[in-house]
Amino acid sequence: MISTALEGGLQIAGKTFSSRLLIGTSRYPNQQVMLDAISASGAEIITVSVRRVSFESGGEGIFDLLRGKYQFLPNTAGCFTARDAVITAELAREALETNWVKLEVIGDEETLFPDVEELLKAAEELVKKDFIVLPYCNDDPITCRKLQAIGCAAVMPLAAPIGSGMGIRNPYNLRIIREQCSLPLIVDAGVGTASDAALAMELGMDGVLLNTAVAGAQNPVRMAKAMKLGIQGGRLAFESGRIPRKLYATASSPSEGMVDL
Amino acid sequence: MEIHVNGEVTTFEGEIIPDLLIVRGFQPQQSGLAVAVNGAVVSRSAWKQTFLNHGDKVEIVQIVRGG
Repeated sequence: MISTALEGGLQIAGKTFSSRLLIGTSRYPNQQVMLDAISASGAEIITVSVRRVSFESGGEGIFDLLRGKYQFLPNTAGCFTARDAVITAELAREALETNWVKLEVIGDEETLFPDVEELLKAAEELVKKDFIVLPYCNDDPITCRKLQAIGCAAVMPLAAPIGSGMGIRNPYNLRIIREQCSLPLIVDAGVGTASDAALAMELGMDGVLLNTAVAGAQNPVRMAKAMKLGIQGGRLAFESGRIPRKLYATASSPSEGMVDL
Repeated sequence: MEIHVNGEVTTFEGEIIPDLLIVRGFQPQQSGLAVAVNGAVVSRSAWKQTFLNHGDKVEIVQIVRGG
C-alpha cells in the first residue's frame, strides 16, 4: 500500500509538505551557501542538532536564522544509547518547541550504522512521551515493521552509510520495505547525486533526506536544485508506472506499411 | 558552591537557572536554549523555580547545524 498514493504532497503526522526533500544544515562552505542551497532545494523540513553551548562564541544563532521559515527536525546524532537519545530529544523539544525528532541511535563510530536494539527502545519511549518520531534505521524490513508498530510517524531507512555518497546499495530491500510498511518512507543517508535520489523515489519512497551530497558538492546550490528535480522526476516516474523490463527488443515504430524496395 | 556546567567544574554564586545563564553570558529569554540538571530536562517555565545545589551537573545546550 502506498501511503501518499498519487498525491502531490508528502504527509507526515497530519502535516502536508509540497517538497519531498528533507535537507541537513551541516558542512556547507559558509552560511550564505547553506541558506541559498536550502532555498534552491525547495525543502520545507530541515535537520539540526543539539549541542553544548559555546561560552566563547555565544551560540551559532542558526535557530533565529531559520525559525519560522522551515519545519525544524532536530536529530539525536552522536547518541549511542536509548537514554542519551531520549534526553537529547527532550532537550531539542525544549529548545525548539517542536515534538518532531529524527531519532538516531548509533551503534558504531566507523559505519554509523544504527544500534537496532537501542533504537527500538528509544522509539518506544519517545512515542509514549508524545514525540513525532522519524527514526533513521537500517534497510531491514523487520526493523522498519517494528518501528511502524511502535507508532513512529515515518520510517527512514538508510540507502548507504551516512556521508558515504554510495547511493542505493540495496534497492530490493527498499522495495520489500515499501510493500510491508504503510508509513511514509524516507531514504535517509547515502545519497550521492541526483540519480540516487531519483532511484529512491522510483522505488516508491515518499521522500529523501540528505545533507553531505549537497553541502559537499563543488557547487552546493546547483546540486540542491539537481536533487529537487531528481526527486520530482523520480516521483513522477513512480506514479506513472514504468514499463516492465524485457530481455529482447520490441520495435517502437509500426511494422505495417513498410516500403518494398 | 561548586557545580558542573557542560562537564566543567565551576564556582557558582547564584541560586536559580536564570542566574547561571546570565553569569555565562546568555539571556534567559534567549530562544533556542535548553537546560538539563542531573540528567533531567528542566522546562523553561520551571527555570525560575529550579534552585541549583552543590555538586549538580548542569547541561546547557543550543541548536546547531546538523544532518
